[in-house]
Parts: sequence; C-alpha cells; structure tokens
Amino acid sequence: MPTFKRVLSTIAIILALYLVNAFMSKEGLFGFGFGAYPTDVLMTLTINIILAVSLNLITGFTGQFSIGHAGFMAIGAYASAYLVVYHAQFWERDLAAVVGFTTAHALIFMIAIAFGSLVAAFAGLLVGIPSLRLRGDYLAIVTLGFAEIIRIVILNIDKVGGATGFSVPSYSNFIWVGGFAIISIVIVYNIVHSDIGRALVSIREDELAAEAMGINTTRYKVLAFVISSALAGLAGVLFGHYRSFLSTNDFQFIRSFEIIIMIVLGGMGSLTGAVLGAVVITIMPELLRQLPGDFSRYRLVVYSAMLIVIILTRPQGILGTREFSLSWLKRARKRPEGDQVVGGTGGVSIAEQGPPSAIDRKKEEENR
Amino acid sequence: MDTFVQQLINGLTVGAIYALIALGYTMVYGILRLINFAHGDIYMVGAFVGYFLAFQLGFATGPSLLGLSVVLVASMIAAALVGMAIERFAYRPLRKYARMTTLIAAIGVSLLIENLFVARLGAAPRAFPQLLSEKSYTLFGNAAISKSQILIFAVSVALMLLLQWVIFKTKVGTAMRAVSFNLNSAKLMGINTDFIISFTFALGSALAAAGGVLTAQYNPQIDPLMGILTGLKAFVAAVLGGIGNIPGAVLGGLLIGIAETFVVGYGQNVGIPSTFRDAVAFAILILVLLVRPSGLLGSTVQEKV
Amino acid sequence: MSSLNNFDREETMKRILLSLGLIATLLSTFACERKGGPGAGGQTGPIVVGYYGDLTGRTSNFGQSTKRGVEMAADEINKAGGINGRQITILSEDDEGRPEKAATVVTKLINQDRVVALLGEVASGNTLAAAPKAQAANVPMISPSSTNPAVTQVGDYISRVCFIDPFQGDVMAKFAANTLKAKKAAIMLDFNSPYSRGLTEFFEASFKKLGGEIVDKQSYTQGDRDYKGQLTAIRSKNPDVIYVPGYYGEVGVIAKQAKQLDIKAPLLGGDGWDSTQLWDLGGDSLNGDYISNHYSVDDPSPAIQKFVADYKARNGEVPDALAALGYDAMKVLADAIKRAGTTEGPQLKDAINATKDFVGVTGTISLDKDRNAVKPAVVLKLQNRKYIYQETIYPEGMTPPSGAPTAPSPATSTASPAAASPSPTAKSAASPASSPAKAASPASSPAKAASPAASTKPASTPN
Repeated sequence: MPTFKRVLSTIAIILALYLVNAFMSKEGLFGFGFGAYPTDVLMTLTINIILAVSLNLITGFTGQFSIGHAGFMAIGAYASAYLVVYHAQFWERDLAAVVGFTTAHALIFMIAIAFGSLVAAFAGLLVGIPSLRLRGDYLAIVTLGFAEIIRIVILNIDKVGGATGFSVPSYSNFIWVGGFAIISIVIVYNIVHSDIGRALVSIREDELAAEAMGINTTRYKVLAFVISSALAGLAGVLFGHYRSFLSTNDFQFIRSFEIIIMIVLGGMGSLTGAVLGAVVITIMPELLRQLPGDFSRYRLVVYSAMLIVIILTRPQGILGTREFSLSWLKRARKRPEGDQVVGGTGGVSIAEQGPPSAIDRKKEEENR
Repeated sequence: MDTFVQQLINGLTVGAIYALIALGYTMVYGILRLINFAHGDIYMVGAFVGYFLAFQLGFATGPSLLGLSVVLVASMIAAALVGMAIERFAYRPLRKYARMTTLIAAIGVSLLIENLFVARLGAAPRAFPQLLSEKSYTLFGNAAISKSQILIFAVSVALMLLLQWVIFKTKVGTAMRAVSFNLNSAKLMGINTDFIISFTFALGSALAAAGGVLTAQYNPQIDPLMGILTGLKAFVAAVLGGIGNIPGAVLGGLLIGIAETFVVGYGQNVGIPSTFRDAVAFAILILVLLVRPSGLLGSTVQEKV
Repeated sequence: MSSLNNFDREETMKRILLSLGLIATLLSTFACERKGGPGAGGQTGPIVVGYYGDLTGRTSNFGQSTKRGVEMAADEINKAGGINGRQITILSEDDEGRPEKAATVVTKLINQDRVVALLGEVASGNTLAAAPKAQAANVPMISPSSTNPAVTQVGDYISRVCFIDPFQGDVMAKFAANTLKAKKAAIMLDFNSPYSRGLTEFFEASFKKLGGEIVDKQSYTQGDRDYKGQLTAIRSKNPDVIYVPGYYGEVGVIAKQAKQLDIKAPLLGGDGWDSTQLWDLGGDSLNGDYISNHYSVDDPSPAIQKFVADYKARNGEVPDALAALGYDAMKVLADAIKRAGTTEGPQLKDAINATKDFVGVTGTISLDKDRNAVKPAVVLKLQNRKYIYQETIYPEGMTPPSGAPTAPSPATSTASPAAASPSPTAKSAASPASSPAKAASPASSPAKAASPAASTKPASTPN
C-alpha cells in the first residue's frame, strides 16, 4: 500500500477508536453513547478477539492443539497486576508530576502491558519446550494440566489476593483494547503470510515431511507457542485492568474451552474465522439473555445446544480455512472433495474422510 | 503408623472412585481415540438420579440396604442410557471428522448437561439422603474404616471384577477388544461396531454413575458442577495408567487418590499447603506425559514414517 | 489460504479491517442510547436500595435468608408509610457466591440502577470484592453479616451491623478454654475464605493467651469432597476441641467424616454454620458441637419473639441469624435515611455512621469509629437439629443491659470478656485496631472486673 494510503488508514483507525471510546464513557458524545451493558459486551468481545486470534496462531495455523490458553492469560493479568499495585502505581505518581497525569497513566500502562506479555511469553517458553514434543490429544491434556496448575498456584499466592481476589487500578479503555486487537491481528497476519507462516502451516499439514524437508519443527512450534502466549498475556493485562478485579475463577479451563470453541466455530485455518468465532461466542449468550422471562435462565443451555448443533452441521467451522472475501459470495461451485485417506499405523479406529480441511487429514497420523 | 494406615484407607477410598470413572474414559478412548469430556458429568448425573430416586421411592426416610441397592442399580441403568444417547446423537455423526471436532462436541455436551442441571435445579448443593447407617470399625490403634468406605471398596471391586469378566470372558468383550485394536478390521470380521461402541459407552457410564452414588453416600453434598474437577482428575488417572489400558485405569485411579490424600495429610510437613490438592493430579499428569507418555501400564505404539 | 503476493495481502488485510468495522458499526446501532441524564438519586419517588448476595451458588442459604430478612423489613417500613412518604424498592442481584461476580453486580447496581445504598454481602470475601466499587462511587454500603475486619477498612462508605471476627474468634476461644476447659485445640480452616482465615487467626491468638495450645492446623478448599486426610492428621494430635470456622456446606460433611473417623472431640464454629442445610449434610454427627452466633431464636425478649413469629408466618420457617441481620441492616438504613433527610451519598453515609443505640432484633446497634457494630455474641449448642442457647459473651467494656434474657443453660462459669484477655486486636497483625471495646466508659470497667472473679453463676444472668 502506498504510504499515503497507509497513513490515512492508520489515522482513520485511531479516530474510530477514539470515537467508540467516547461513546463508551459516562457522558457520551453529544449526549449519545453506549450504555454500560453494551460497553461491557464490546470490551469483552474485543479482548476475546485477541485471545481467539492468538490461539489460532498455534492451534489453527500450526496445528498444535493447546487448551491451556487461559493459563497464559492469567499469568499476564496477574503479573501486570502485581507490578502495578506494588510498584508501578507509585512510579505513576512520581511520573505524573513530571509529564502530567494522562501521559504518565498511558506510559505506566504500556509498561504493565509489556511486562505482562513478557512474563506470559516466558511462561509459554517454559511450558512449550517440554510439551511440544507431544502430539494431538496428549499435547492438549498437558496444556490443560499446566493451565490448571498455574491457576492453583496463583490461587495460593496471597500477595495477589488468593481466593478473595485482587483489586487493581483501572487502565483499559477502548482505545487500548481496540488498538491492541488490531495490532494482534496485524501481527498474526504478518506472521502467517511470511516464511515463518509457511513453515508453520507445513508443520500442521505433515510434520514428518516438514522435518524431512529441513524445517526445524521444534523451533517453529515453540516460536508460535511463545508468540501465542504473549498475546494471550496481553489480553489478560487488558482484561484485568478493565474489570479492575482479578479472581482465578475467571481463568478456569472453561475459558480455555471457550477460546477453542471460538476458533473451531469460525474455522481454524482462518484469521477472519477466528474473529468471527469470537463475535459469535461472545454475542450469543448475550442475545439469549433477551429470551422472555423464565427462559433466560436456560440461555446457557440453549448456548451449549447451539454449539453442538453447529459442530454437527458444519464441523469445519463457518469459514473453514478461507479468509473472508467478497468473492466467496459469488462463488457458486463447491471446492472439490479432498482425497480419501484411510488407515495409518495399527490401532487407528476412525477412518478419516471428509471436507478438505487440512486439519482433518492430518489427524490420521496421530496415534499414540 | 495407624495414621499412615488411616491415610492409606482414605486415599484408596478416594482412589476407588477415580478408578471407576477412569475406566469409562479409558474404554472410550481405547475404542474411539476420543477424550469424552462429558464423562465427568455422567458421574454427576448418576449422583443426582440417585438423589431423586431415593426421594421418589421413599428411601430417603431412613437407611436401608435395599434402598441403596435399588438406587445404585437404577442410576447405573439411567446413566448407561444417557451415555448411549450422547454417543448416538453427538459423537456418531462426527466419526468421520477430525478428532478435534468430536472433542468440541464432547465439550459441548458437557456444558449442556451442566447448564441444564444448573438451570433446572440451581447451582446450590443438595444433601444426598443417608441410605447406609453409619458405623465405624476400628482396625487397630486409631485407624478406623467406616461403613461407607467399606461399601465403596466392596462395590468398586465387584464392578471391576464384573468388567474384567465381561471383557475377557464374553463374546461382547472380545468384540470390544477387537474394535479397540482396529475398527476397520473388526468391521470386516462382521462385528457390528456401532453396537459395540454403544455398549462401551453404556458400560463406562454405568461405572461412573456407580461412582457418583457411592461418593454421594460418603460425602452427601452434591451439586451440578461436581463432575468437572473429579472427571478431570479421573481422566488424569486414566492417562497415568496408560490410556486405553483397563488395569491401568484402576491403578491410575488408586495412585492419584493416594497421592492426593498423602499430599493433603502430610504435605504440611514439607511446606505444601493442603490446598494444592487439586494441583497434585495435574502435576502427576505432566510428569507422566513428559517422562513416559504411554502411562505406567501402557504400551508404546511405533510410528510409521 | 490466500496467495502470498503483495496485492492479495493488502486486499485481504483491508477486508479484515473492513469487516471489523462493519461489525463494529452494526453493534453500535444496537447499543446507542441517550446519556448524561439526571441520576435516579433524586429526592422524590421510590428509594431504590440495592441488595446483592449469593442466591444460587454454594452458599445460597446465606443470600436467600438475608434477602428475606431485608425484604420483610422493607415491607414493614413501606406499610407504615415508607420513609418520609417515599416507598422503598429493593433491587436484588445474584452474585452466585463468587467475588468477581459480586464486584460486577455491584457495579451494575451503582451505574445502571443508580441505587442510593447497598445492602450486602454475607461472605466477607464477596463483600471485600464489591466494597471498593461502592467506596469509589460514594454509595453507602451496609453489610449485614460480614465479620472480617478488612471489610470496613475499605473506606468510610462501608459499614456493618454485626460484630467482627477479632471478637468472634475471641468468643469461641474463651468458651473453649473457660467453659469447655479445653487445653489443646486443632483448627480446620477454609483456605480460600478470608472469613475463615480471619477467625482462625483471632481464635488462635486468644486461645493461646488463655493458656491453650494449638496442636494442629489443617486447611481445605470449598468444594473438596474428602476431608479425611486432614481429619486423620488432626486426630493423631489428640485435641480437646476442633475449631472449624467455615461455611455450612463443608462443615456438615466435615462433621460427618469426623465421626466416621471416630473423633470424639467436639467441633466449634462460627456464624458461617448457620443454615438448615447444615443438618441435612451432617445429621446427628453435629450433636454436641458449638457455634458462636449473632442471636438466639429462643431469646424470650418480646421484640425478638415478635420478629420470629412474623418471619415464620411470612416465610414458613424460623429466621436464622442471617435473616435477622438482614432485617436489622435494612432498618438501620431506613433510620439513617430518615435522620439524614436525604438520600445523597455523603449525608447518608454520615447518618449511617452516626447510628447509636439503634434497637434491633440482633441487639442494640451502635457503630463505632470503624463503622463496626459493638454487640454481644451468643454461644449455641447443636443438638437434634436445634441450636440451644448456652451463654452470652459481651465485648469488653459493654455493660449487659438490665433485664437481659435469662435462659436455661447448664451450669457453666462466666465467660465474661472483661476478665480475660486485653483487646484481641493487640494480637492481630493484619488489621489495625477495631476493638469492640472502644465504646467502653471507664466507669463500667471496674464494676465488670469484679464480677467474673466472684461469680460462678450461669453466664446468662448479668447483674
């Protein structure tokens, strides 16, 4: 894109962010604005977008099934909360005297974000290196286990509130959250569309072949995992300083499941799919809340039922591996069916065949 | 010494329940390579079915062995039906798709069951009626075993022996083993794989439900979310023993139960607060998977390049 | 996947951002509303009071009971004409017993519903999560039964109508040491509950000061199914009593499993036990245990009996301490609104904090300078699904009112606090001074000091 266009779009985006943020504030803009409830939904949605996009990098594009994402989110949130409550808020006071309140506030938040993401990235490194040797189901279980251990350890640390919870100062607003959502999308997009991305996809398609072609699969897997964890930590920081209250109950494995569901629903090989999945999963329960009277109690039941129905009727997700493009609407013909792949080493129980999604074919090999 | 024995008894009691649930996980995984996330909720369903039956059939008024037996068997049957229904409607249509898809479906089913119960019954815990008159027997010194603990041991052992018999001494059992070996070959041999798979689900669910009722006797507080963590730990037990391996599931369950109890009972002396109890199972899991992923009794499958 | 040439990249990128923008615009059209209108805290129309509690979660008995008490009080006030002619409306929210939810629903009550005051919560952990929101928004919050001292330390908009745990822990320690003559105690606490941890700390300090020894301390987590590991460890240390300052859901099962392990020592507890479900879970294994609580249903005073009768007629069951405290909290709030003459935050707050000698069903409520109520506690014995009054223990420096109820209690020695340890707060490192004895007038102390030395009468008869 020519620089002019690029600069223009950046400015447009920043303006949009400020606009939405103004709508969200108490006074609104010219007397109009978003109520407290839609604001909450929108903020949650944007944070979920970051989570979905980051998980998509490791699970969707690299094919490594991780259900421990909530753990990294928790690490990011708590690390930054710790920093802010015990140190950074004092720095802010001193800094404010020098550069004024708004700048100090923003700077400190940037530091908190950087810190949270880095700690989460480091955790991702620690978890990833031993775990990524495993395949498929086993990797999934191990990541789940790690996430739970992380949560229980945090639960036992009194300095960050333990079970009572931790009250943290509020920093997030839509400018930050929306801005970072866009940044995360750009980051993941760029990775996927680079040489690294090709390596990752090759690992997903056929790890043995990739290894045989000279790609250091471990290095790439760990890289994707670390970046993914860093972004999850980022989401955690934004989340923590939005709710201004942290409790480990927010990071149970049900949250990891939610993120997985988002990307599966949207289509695991697709970035827009991840975004779409985040939108659907965040909005659905809220829409269901509108159900008349007593039915509203059953909204989570309906939500789970809808999930099952969607996965039964369209298992590859809404977008499969495709990105959103307008030409898709014009497309009349279907894509040709993939090859029939049968068997594998002894003990495989399900003959795999079906829609031409890369994820499906690969799972053949998995068998431990 | 008697404290040690007591803790051992406590651990084995908890472990026996994990073993019952783990058997279900391991059987389903052996046949379908699927982690049935909804299995823990079957355990919960068993406890609740038992709860309602006890009141409906009038057993809640006082302890009675008859009441207990009826409730136990009835909830096992009910859970078997639920398990089969889940397999039929949620998993079978997805059999030709990637395992991840079925995993998502399992998660969906688990959420559905949990939310249904919460919406209908409320998340507040309820007290399971006492169907067994409580009594404690002293073994020696301070070590005591209670009637409900004896019950748990007795029923679990009986069920596991029954399972062994089914799997190794009946035609159905042989068919189950064949299917877990290679589904396609089993089909070629004329085995009705659909039926066998349903049967496996039924068996596993019945065992889990038995675990639910037994636990409810031991700790009467039941709530719709009680299956989540217990199910997860039972799953860890299955992996520990070697997933797909039936004796492994039992061994894994007992080991996790003992490990947990010992960490809680003795952990303070080495600085581990008892609240890390839940982390124990996961820590063991990670250790096992990193050191010996096939589990204690499992076999390593060679990978064809 | 899109091809990799630059044009396609740009295009797809643009499309992603475009679709995001579309989504955002779509959402915005549904979400827009008019903002910046006048608040609902006006001076006419109904007075909207927010109530939050655990209505459906693990401790739902607490939230439901308190809610019933609050609503009964509100109805009585409304029937009598309301406050200055304005009717009270109670808006209740369910926090499912989870602190993060408590924070969220309180924020909603404050921002969306613009309540003038908040009533809640029972479990100190949840109140602690929500209180900062109220404080920051200058909305007064009265907790009916949170006993952890940290709650009112959040700020001057937070107050409570019950006693605090330094006192409650001390009460049980005194009862154990003086009445039950226990020398060795073990503690089994709920690790994740600030309430439980606070009580443990205060009980331990007082018990030690009375010459006792804590032989073991074990912890559990809410939701655990099995306590035998901890109980076995405790059993091996042979305590005379076991202090279990937790919530009814777990305590019931702990009592049951303790009996299975053949543990003979009585269990002692606090107001967290108070619930009918306790008996459903623990059954007969609870017989012979004791708790400290806010009031006794058998209290023959006419005001209490009327309350009990009215509540029973309305709800079909006898009110527990939580319902009584909820009732009192609402009445205190109403009284403060009347005194303040307005529902504006700062003035209302001042009026609440100035509450003095308000006669409630749980006793005479006066808020001290830390906004805690200085009240006596009762010790009750659990027997056959009933709570049997044992004795009343008064905070330091408080004179038992004349004509205070006598009740049939086994002959036990006085456990008057004045004789025993100095202010329990001296020991609690975590919380700054919140001594229940602050209101003491010097004249009363010497008189009290004399009595315990002399008396061996049943504690319930003062004077």
